[in-house]
Amino acid sequence: MAIRVQTQDFDLGAEVAALRAGQAQVGAVVAFVGTVRDMNEGAGVSEMELEHYPGMTEKALEDIVAQAKERWSIIDALVIHRVGPLQPLDQIVLVAVTSAHRGEAFQACEFIMDYLKTQAPFWKKEVTPQGARWVDARVTDDEALAKWGIRSANSARS
Amino acid sequence: MNIQLRFFASVREALGTSQESVTLPDTVATVGDVRAWLRERGGVWAEALAEGRALRMACNQQMTDAATRISEGCEIAFFPPVTGG
Repeated sequence: MAIRVQTQDFDLGAEVAALRAGQAQVGAVVAFVGTVRDMNEGAGVSEMELEHYPGMTEKALEDIVAQAKERWSIIDALVIHRVGPLQPLDQIVLVAVTSAHRGEAFQACEFIMDYLKTQAPFWKKEVTPQGARWVDARVTDDEALAKWGIRSANSARS
Repeated sequence: MNIQLRFFASVREALGTSQESVTLPDTVATVGDVRAWLRERGGVWAEALAEGRALRMACNQQMTDAATRISEGCEIAFFPPVTGG
């Protein structure tokens, strides 16, 4: 299992090649890449800044991958999340999962992303023609995690 | 008791600070108590940490809730709902 939080970009092909190198028991690789859109909540986005909580971020991501490994028989998983200034078209996040058969890898990859969206301490600030604004958490992200039987109140008032 | 405070994202901007060491009175025993105690500073503190705002809390870098008891030297963080991915 590898977790990386970094400012620099990543190469999907190179990362997947490294993840499955020498692993002949792997029969399936599922990878998700999240990218910066040029439009959010009806406004054009020209730039994005990603802030995180150093130390807690890595712990949270390790915990998320550990939970995926408890639920599905996956062989390995990789999570790379970028921080700092980003622009539309840039890659933000990579989750790659290997397993013997596709079912486990598909589900574990989606689970890790759903969990990450509501439990890993990252925050997006985007620049629009109306100025800079912090991105609001979505109730739909809490709902996405609920389908795995996990209650999240990320977007709730407290 | 002495603890470390951390603030992130919109909460950090509203408060104008990212971290602080504080000495708590004996009456402050939980994460929720810390939030209420900081609100007593008034102004942006009362506003950013107000009840009913979407605010998340961590204790020693683990997501937690208001009922969690604090301990000497712990790190308590306040931040808005997370929006990574």
